[in-house]
Amino acid sequence: MVHTGGVAERTVGRELVAVHAQQQQFDETIARDQRIEPRDWMPDGYRSTLVRQIAQHAHSEIIGMQPEGEWITRAPSLRRKAILYAKVQDEAGHGLYLYSAAETLGADRADLTLRLIEGRQKYSSIFNYPTPTFADVGVIGWFVDGAAICNQVPLCRCSYGPYARAMVRICKEESFHQRQGYELLLTMMRGTEAQRRMVQGAVDRWWWPSLMMFGPPDGDSPNSVRSMAWKIKRHSNDELRQRFVDMTVPQAQRLGVTLPDPELRWNGERGRHDFGTPDWSELQRVISGDGPCNEERIARRRAAHQEGAWVREAATAYAAKQAARQGERQKQEVAA
Amino acid sequence: MSRTSSPDDDHVYLSLAEGHEDGDARWAFGTGFEDPLHGVSAALPPGIDGRALAAQCLALADDALVSAQRLGEWCTRAPELEIELALANIGLDLIGQARLLYSRTGQVDGTGRSEDAYAYFRDAAEFRNVRLAELPNGDFAFSITRLLALSAWRLALFERLAGAPDPVLSAIAAKGVKELAYHRQFAAEWAVRLGDGTDESHRRMQRALYHVAPYVPELFASLDDADHTRDGDGDAVSAIQDDVLAVLRQVTATAGLVLPPLDSPADAAGYGRAGHHTEHLSPLLAELQSVARAHPGAVW
Amino acid sequence: MTTNADTEARDAWPLFEVFVRGKRGLNHVHVGSLHAADERMALTNARDLYTRRNEGVSIWVVRSSHIHASTPSEKDPFFAPSGDKVYRHPTFYEIPDDVPHI
Repeated sequence: MVHTGGVAERTVGRELVAVHAQQQQFDETIARDQRIEPRDWMPDGYRSTLVRQIAQHAHSEIIGMQPEGEWITRAPSLRRKAILYAKVQDEAGHGLYLYSAAETLGADRADLTLRLIEGRQKYSSIFNYPTPTFADVGVIGWFVDGAAICNQVPLCRCSYGPYARAMVRICKEESFHQRQGYELLLTMMRGTEAQRRMVQGAVDRWWWPSLMMFGPPDGDSPNSVRSMAWKIKRHSNDELRQRFVDMTVPQAQRLGVTLPDPELRWNGERGRHDFGTPDWSELQRVISGDGPCNEERIARRRAAHQEGAWVREAATAYAAKQAARQGERQKQEVAA
Repeated sequence: MSRTSSPDDDHVYLSLAEGHEDGDARWAFGTGFEDPLHGVSAALPPGIDGRALAAQCLALADDALVSAQRLGEWCTRAPELEIELALANIGLDLIGQARLLYSRTGQVDGTGRSEDAYAYFRDAAEFRNVRLAELPNGDFAFSITRLLALSAWRLALFERLAGAPDPVLSAIAAKGVKELAYHRQFAAEWAVRLGDGTDESHRRMQRALYHVAPYVPELFASLDDADHTRDGDGDAVSAIQDDVLAVLRQVTATAGLVLPPLDSPADAAGYGRAGHHTEHLSPLLAELQSVARAHPGAVW
Repeated sequence: MTTNADTEARDAWPLFEVFVRGKRGLNHVHVGSLHAADERMALTNARDLYTRRNEGVSIWVVRSSHIHASTPSEKDPFFAPSGDKVYRHPTFYEIPDDVPHI
């Protein structure tokens, strides 16, 4: 507290005390595992980190619609067609829940969309891989949604209220996604030789990228420390990756597929599975835009947004006209 | 909701159910389904011509499937994310209707075929959908205009089929009415927004109407004695036509659009109901059926 | 020259907050937000986004700009899943009991 007198210093002094008190309240809320809500004071870094994390999560859901969405028209049974269509629709919804959460922090969805299209914000690297067969749809449900669930269930307890609540809703819907993927694979593995080969082929292609979904190893993840202190990240990358492997190995055994890692084995002492090291240079390349489908994913999103501009403008123009007409009617009613 | 974080959320689904103060499991997974055919006997009532009923169900199923296929093509291409959701809802409703109708067809046409047998293993000439459904999506104005015409027509038809003598078709139609009312409302609202939006959207809507109009007479010509309840056959057909035209007139008038004449005689090329299709149906079916046909006999 | 930002302003849809009453006897609960050009579209969008798994009894939408707030205390929203869209429900999939963690 500064005691040098003068109005300016006293004002600054009061503000410093206020901020200090707010920081303390923020810290205590976090420490008690309670929620920070939109109108609470929060450090700028907390807000900006959350906006970036939530936005990237939202972008991932929207971009994630593409690798599976392209199979809706070719799904080989009406039941699978309906299931896939519902799943992809859910993903659009998840993106919307998350953009909504980001907006509670003062972000603007139109701005976030621009950042995605212009490559200034990222999305999960996993969606930069192609889906050449229908089995890929099942494997994405099993691996990618499985990994997402590992990541997201802990986030249901993250410190920021709107994000935590969005995660609760998303997780409940995502459990349907993983089960439908796994059930498709079970059906295919009990089917023809060609179907079994298709499944194994998809597993071979998606295993390592799925492990990379959890991000770089903890040692290479400098932002994680701060995010964990703020409880917007509840477990480390390596912890979640380990958890995913331990969950998935028995599921693979039950399915009758081989996971493409010769180093994968149960370690009785640790009580976990040992597994090989992902090719981190591949993750780096794919994140920086050099994956198989990066161009295509962004181009599709950009095209939809740009080609849809006239529709959005029309809706805005119509709403403005309606508002003007209503204003006129009210004026006339008053005058009459 | 505060609890200490458990070090190992082993069963992720159990952990989702924890921590909700109110005991009422409003997130109860998998409870409370409503099966529209629950309690409805599948037996063909006496006096109903099974083959005619089958033909009717098949045609309505084909309409729904082909429409849903076109809607599915909008996935990841819609003008706004909220519209993605809406179009997917409509597409899912139509797939649901198609499945129920194909199943009924197999039950009453004497073959016992499955829904997938009809959807994936018939060629274009065997499909009985109206041609308006198979046209390419065009721009959003075209798709909305097409949806408006088809949903208004299908709703008017299903409202009458809810009283059909076959209890299964009647139940399917009764459920479908609620869905189709939403589809028609969605299409009508967008038609007005676009018609009365900007100069560009108005221009596109007007163009869409001119492209859709030639295919509308086929919708009415596709109605025959089997498509409505037994009483007042001719009246019901013209009642459906009147309903649809009234909707189209009201929407276009509100939107400031010109409704092109819709009373032109049927296109000499024939109708979808007779298996005469545009060149667009074959590529649509080729894509729809590609994976299923590549693995004959496979279960998915 | 119109920049991307100009275009965005012309087609920007305002933000609406959504409140849903899941069944009779309950209050409306805040479930999130969405963008729409007008109130009618907001209601339709809310139905699609927040009640896909069940027909909510009642939906309210309010322009976010019309809401005046103190520090709200929010109750976590829940919503019972839908009637007949059976493929949205995990128990619909017949997965053998001995598959762990699924």
